[in-house]
Amino acid sequence: MLIKLTGGKVYDPANGIDGELRDIYVQDGVIVATPPDARIDEEYALQGRIVMAGAIDPHTHIGGGKMTIGRLMLPEDHRGDPVCRGDLTRAGCGHAVPSTLTAGYRYAEMGYTAGFEPAMLPANARQAHMEMADTPMIDKGAFAMLGSDDFFLRQLAANDDIEAIKDYVAWTLHATQAIAIKVVNPGGISAFKFNQRQLDLDEQHAHYGVTPRQVLLTLSRAVKELGVTHPLHVHGCNLGVPGNVETTEHTIAGMEGLPVHLTHIQFHSYGTEGDRKFSSGAAKVAELVNSHKNVSIDVGQVLFGQTCTASGDSMRQYGNTGSASPNKWVVMDIECDAGCGVVPMRYRDKSFVNALQWAIGLELFLLIEDPWRIFLTTDHPNGAPFTYYPHLIRLLMDKGFRNDMMQKINPDAASSSVLASLDREYTLYDIAIMTRAGPARSLGLKDRGHLGVGATADITVYEDLADREAMFATPVFVFKNGELIVKSGKIVKVVQGATHVARPDYDKGIEKSLRSYFERFHTVGFDNFSLSDEEIITHGYGSLVIQPTAARV
Amino acid sequence: MSDVGSAIEFDHVPCPFCGLLCDDLKVVRTRVTLKVARNGCSKAIAGFERVLPTASPQIGGRNVRLNEAVAEAASMIRKSSSPLYGGLATDVGGMRSVMSLADHSRGVVDHAFSESVGFNMKVLQSAGWIMSTLTETRNRADVVVIVGSDVHTLHPRFFERIVCAETSMFDKANKPRTVVFVGEGLDQSAATGPRVGDVITLPCALDRVDEVVSALLARMRGNPVAGDSVAGVPLLAIEDVGKKLNDADYSVLVWAPAGLQTHDSDLTIHAVSDVVRLLNKTTRAAGLSLGGDEGATTSTSVCGWQSGFPTRVSYATGAPDYDPLANAIPNRLASNEADLLVWIASYSPDLVPPDTGLPTIVLGPPGMNLPGSPAVFIPVGTPGIDHSGQLIRCDSVVSLPLRNLGRSNNPSVASVLSAIEAAL
Repeated sequence: MLIKLTGGKVYDPANGIDGELRDIYVQDGVIVATPPDARIDEEYALQGRIVMAGAIDPHTHIGGGKMTIGRLMLPEDHRGDPVCRGDLTRAGCGHAVPSTLTAGYRYAEMGYTAGFEPAMLPANARQAHMEMADTPMIDKGAFAMLGSDDFFLRQLAANDDIEAIKDYVAWTLHATQAIAIKVVNPGGISAFKFNQRQLDLDEQHAHYGVTPRQVLLTLSRAVKELGVTHPLHVHGCNLGVPGNVETTEHTIAGMEGLPVHLTHIQFHSYGTEGDRKFSSGAAKVAELVNSHKNVSIDVGQVLFGQTCTASGDSMRQYGNTGSASPNKWVVMDIECDAGCGVVPMRYRDKSFVNALQWAIGLELFLLIEDPWRIFLTTDHPNGAPFTYYPHLIRLLMDKGFRNDMMQKINPDAASSSVLASLDREYTLYDIAIMTRAGPARSLGLKDRGHLGVGATADITVYEDLADREAMFATPVFVFKNGELIVKSGKIVKVVQGATHVARPDYDKGIEKSLRSYFERFHTVGFDNFSLSDEEIITHGYGSLVIQPTAARV
Repeated sequence: MSDVGSAIEFDHVPCPFCGLLCDDLKVVRTRVTLKVARNGCSKAIAGFERVLPTASPQIGGRNVRLNEAVAEAASMIRKSSSPLYGGLATDVGGMRSVMSLADHSRGVVDHAFSESVGFNMKVLQSAGWIMSTLTETRNRADVVVIVGSDVHTLHPRFFERIVCAETSMFDKANKPRTVVFVGEGLDQSAATGPRVGDVITLPCALDRVDEVVSALLARMRGNPVAGDSVAGVPLLAIEDVGKKLNDADYSVLVWAPAGLQTHDSDLTIHAVSDVVRLLNKTTRAAGLSLGGDEGATTSTSVCGWQSGFPTRVSYATGAPDYDPLANAIPNRLASNEADLLVWIASYSPDLVPPDTGLPTIVLGPPGMNLPGSPAVFIPVGTPGIDHSGQLIRCDSVVSLPLRNLGRSNNPSVASVLSAIEAAL
């Protein structure tokens, strides 16, 4: 089967193509070079249309226990967005914490072909993968959370050899079928179980005596030396706390040049200036990111309306429960492994704090120079549901629209932000970097996020509309593995994406210590903890893609 | 797994017969007979060692081939305007198939234990809570409060594995735990051994546990309580428990929803959660809900992620509609708002459908104690014995892979329902 996409304007930053008119050939799901004299089975005339690789969301909470807690807790939110069964699609519901099925459909209908769950607790990995398996259309992957689990903290407190820690990190990637490692409030989730209510970068954990700085440096080094492509994915200390821009500054400076991805950095860019002791730290953070090439970030943009925050950061989520709207919330201590907090949130444009959070996110987008090191996220659903992405893209691409929106927000917040003075408008090339090429490169997806020969044919075609929100909300065509799955923003074929994993080498000797640890302390046996490949490839509707890792150092 | 003569030994076997999903069992199979050789509680032994009669698919009590039973079931579902899918005692794969079929046939989804799961859901949806899990409790709890439910009878290894565990991570001096029972007549026999210190009982009638918990909450908040006793329990004893909780580093308040005998048990759980929230202002504490037998937690979770709602969802309009009253199968049957019942069980032979004059399709384990002959009966395997699968534990966090121990070739619920849906 040979498909030709003819005459579209192609944005493919991984291959340096910036809006060139090109033909693309797809054979058996893969992009191929121009075949000589081949018979074309299907041709799509794309003159005047925009062609990009399928979009990749590198940080979206789509699978795992805390999402299902959010679903079960908020029937009132679902009732506003019921989704009927279609000719091809299953019923479900949308909005803040959509059903898995609806999430998959809506991602595809927006031109996304992959999404990565960033906070998979190892103890909950099996369920996270079950939920992702029930998220159709898109490729998936997950980041395993470490750093507040007692096995690692015991290793760190005992000054275990870095090689043993690396073995444990690698074993975790294998056992949980993960592609990367995330740390959330380093050591802080555990500290909260010991009744510590905050843990700054150099503050000691009450029981283990270790600090978040040690956790970050150790895990970052382990991930790097294991050859895992995606750097340690860091949800830092003091999320949401006014003044945390200093923590972020010290975190960046303290990484000693080790690669690190700072996630939802908007929530970590708060100063304490002004009457309300809440101000933007975006300029400072942007300057630090611009000058530290070892750092990449995603924003976690806040957009207005009802949503639900869901995080592994039980300590900080407990601290945020006073803002819960509606007033109900869940906090959990989990399995000597991690924790979670689920707090519904309504961001209001007339609230000074919420409006400034909105402005801080946009300031970060506009002040950070290198689009290869900044990814477009709302930290779904923490800042806003992922379905708001087209709106966010328009905010970035259209200064007039941005200024109009600024007129609607709390005036004190607007006047305390530098946003109105920022003239930058993202180009389609920038957007293609931020939503495709950048995440693919950072996550180590070698055949996704680009349109070069050999790439998997995940391709999105847009109408070139002046209203970028409308353009990005309703792609003309979306292809997954070369199959047409979406036409005019509606699903025409239901497919099941793959699960991407990374499997660095490790010394199996670590399993002896782990077996003993599980036997002494856990309620699940070592042999039943790991997820087998068969569990991912359930009934043949899942599949695995093992992405390459570099040699271990 | 090892072969000893004609017997095959399986180690680290997860047990699907209660919500704890203990996974340290040793089970020996000799042809079609299973024997729990290690770590079997009364429930596990009854479940694994039950002698399985041969059973055939039936239509109206007459033996038929599986494909005929499937075709008949599909025909009945096709003709139904809104079939009721009840029981739902299955695994993750089975529940996925239930959801798909209910969505396809505009049916109603209601687990046999939705009523007691619903006590928890009401609290989650009105106030939320602070919760713990089994491993966290095992390693961290210094005070364990058993609230109004007979945990030892419902989950025979909870004390052995969680409360009385030989080793735990954080008890430097192996400090014995305080165990508090709220309610009289609860089996306390397992609260013993070197890990258990004081055992305190607040001996009220089980239908008055809510009064004692409310008094505890009131006194901890500093509010007055009239009289010097509540439900027969001296107020001083209640206050003393409050002091122990305040002094604890990590107390865990445990309940099994199905075991609560208070009226409006959701309000009891709400009050327990309020005690936990109050404690967390100064120290750490958490709730722990047990239950989850017959795949109840699995059913709630899969329904939750696929539809957005707990069980008691109807697809009659084409979209999921959650209504815990209108979509309760007992209410549907009582008000004659149904034309077909599809009952699904795969663990206990005693989880039988309600007595109804409606045409009924039953997927059940062989030897199911059915009162009569349903319109269609299809014998199915038990997950973790006759086929592999996955189940979610009572704490809604951990799930276990279930093994195929090779006892029978009875098909899984998932495969039968998928065949029925394909034939619609």
